[in-house]
Amino acid sequence: MRPFEYVRADDVAAAVALVSADPQAEYLAGGTTELDLVLKDGVLEPGRLVDITRLPLRGITFAEDTLRVGALVTMEELAADPTVSERVPFVREALLAGASPQLRNMATIGGNLLQRTRCRYFRDSTVMACNKRTPGSGCAAVRGPARMHAILGASEHCIALHASDLCVPLVALDTVIDIQGVDGSRSVPLTQFYVLPGERPDIENVLQHGELITRIRIPLLPVGTRSGYLKVRDRASYEFALTSAAAALLIEDGTIVRARLALGGVGTKPWRALEAEEILHGAPATGRTFRAAAQAALGDPFTVAGTAFKVELAERTIVRILHTVSGVRS
Amino acid sequence: MENTVSADPYVDVMLRVNGSARRLRLDSRVTLLDALRDELDLTGTKKGCDQGACGACTVLLDGKRVLSCLTLAAQCEGREVTSIEGLATDGRLHPVQEAFIRHDGFQCGYCTPGQIMSAVALLQEGRAGSDEEIREFMSGNLCRCGAYPNIVAAIREVAGRGSE
Repeated sequence: MRPFEYVRADDVAAAVALVSADPQAEYLAGGTTELDLVLKDGVLEPGRLVDITRLPLRGITFAEDTLRVGALVTMEELAADPTVSERVPFVREALLAGASPQLRNMATIGGNLLQRTRCRYFRDSTVMACNKRTPGSGCAAVRGPARMHAILGASEHCIALHASDLCVPLVALDTVIDIQGVDGSRSVPLTQFYVLPGERPDIENVLQHGELITRIRIPLLPVGTRSGYLKVRDRASYEFALTSAAAALLIEDGTIVRARLALGGVGTKPWRALEAEEILHGAPATGRTFRAAAQAALGDPFTVAGTAFKVELAERTIVRILHTVSGVRS
Repeated sequence: MENTVSADPYVDVMLRVNGSARRLRLDSRVTLLDALRDELDLTGTKKGCDQGACGACTVLLDGKRVLSCLTLAAQCEGREVTSIEGLATDGRLHPVQEAFIRHDGFQCGYCTPGQIMSAVALLQEGRAGSDEEIREFMSGNLCRCGAYPNIVAAIREVAGRGSE
């Protein structure tokens, strides 16, 4: 582990300028990913860590059916917000299904979006073949034992999973990310924020070096919409998802008027299931519809021996959450 | 910026630990856990996995439970740290400590400081409404001896509820 300089930032513009000007500098927020990879795994070796936890990016405000959440709001703080419970309850469910209370007190919303994969090959610096760490070196996970890995958006170059629970309902809701760079600010929809691994798994999102997430904007669900998050995992709590699904349904007279569906535990990025939504829109809220949607969502998986079980498990997860949210009996 | 941009691997930190101000000069890489144990001789806080997976290092930071192994000491400048050594007052154990003894909420004891710090926070958070809720919100603290039923019983008692 190489030494790094610790710098405490107290101004957004100065923090962005400092990191942008130094290719060896990285931001430090809650630390639950960054310090793990720097101090413990030795996978990241920044020369300088810029602590942004004292920046004024903490508030949660509500206006015009949108929740504006500062990037440094913690997972516990967002879970405790009354508007979240009332208008996007599946966001609260996903938050409380993730990590532990201690980690949720530390981890920030901006950091949750940027959390690095839990792929054990990526996190083990003694493994040479990792295209995400060393472009062109190969992928040990595709050939070796793999279980907690992606089956959607994956390729022979990388099957690393994006393990966030929170991002699953956020991507279903068309959340928007506000970003500050040295030359100004911009906004990117979460659906377009992440980049599929393709031949460059080291590039995970559209952020340029030094750009800082300052805020996310969550569009709230129309009144009358019901939502839910279902997480399937190897133990009852404090475990990453094998599969998960976030669903929001507006149903009138037995017909699905509006559906939002996203998947966790299966994608190289938080996975919006647009093909499934197309089947759900305008269809009768029945088990048959739900099964058709689930099959469409998993239409083109990339599996290895250890992850093949996830196709059926994810389909069943989708069907289950659609039954739960709709109230239609299976 | 409080620091200059020259590459300086050391930081000066003032921590408020269990009510006392402690000034330290540390390598930037030192975690709050290592600062407590190695610099301040507060070895009650335990190093288990040292990677955010077991909860043995749980302390309160400004009253909220966090993992000291994944927190840089430098990040805690000016903040209030409460470790297991800070729970007793005037020689009297904290009610959660007494309940752990009464209910035999440990075997080897290694996870116990983290369990107790987490339990103190859980009670403050109002999350002891049922045994199920206690188990869910204590899930970040692993006990390899398997003292879970007695830990739940201890927390339940301090919360003022009878057995379920």
